[in-house]
Amino acid sequence: MIINKKKNGTELTMSIEGRLDTSTAPELETAVKSEIEGVTSLIFDVEKLAYISSAGLRVLLSSQKIMSKQGEMKVINVSDTIMEIFDITGFTDILTIE
Amino acid sequence: MASSLESRLETEALTDNLHQVLSFLEQQLDNTACSMKVRMQITMAAEEIFVNIAHYAYGAEVGKAVVISELSDTSHTMTITFIDSGTPYDPLEKEDPDVTLSAEERKTGGLGIFLTKKFMDNVEYSYEDGKNIFKMQKKLF
Repeated sequence: MIINKKKNGTELTMSIEGRLDTSTAPELETAVKSEIEGVTSLIFDVEKLAYISSAGLRVLLSSQKIMSKQGEMKVINVSDTIMEIFDITGFTDILTIE
Repeated sequence: MASSLESRLETEALTDNLHQVLSFLEQQLDNTACSMKVRMQITMAAEEIFVNIAHYAYGAEVGKAVVISELSDTSHTMTITFIDSGTPYDPLEKEDPDVTLSAEERKTGGLGIFLTKKFMDNVEYSYEDGKNIFKMQKKLF
């Protein structure tokens, strides 16, 4: 997995490439926690995300919980396959997907 | 004539070996004409089951996990069986998470086995001769 971070004022965009699974999810969680202070808009760009497992979903959920308190979070460029996972798990209702 | 291709992988039940297990299954899937979507659903379900074994089956000890993949030419299905000799544990007994709750109300766990049940056509658990046996099946196309 590769995480590309782009910060623009209080807006943080994290582009995730590759596999977000049990082995790589802790890395994303650490990256979010270390960068999130003062961020009011967190954007996950998942255009190049090839795979997500429940461990990855947990990081999106915990990030959403943080951002609900301090601003907003968006997930962008979601593929059909990943959208189906969001649908089944009810994540389409709790995340802002664009 | 009915034919099937069976392959077997034995490895230590450690999350570090997750990619070994997933690569093994992906190699089997390379022999099929299944879609990327089906491939991801199978891989995802397999990750959840293997990681469960790695986390819970042997406590602090390290034990073995066996993964058997069976591809049927006639029914176009893949059957994956996970076997470990750890603590008896039926993941199917776990209650499904409430997927209608808001982000704030949601607990972060329990999604893995829920997705496994959703994505696979058939899942079954048994405990035989001191072994946990988890079998899951999906039609490939």
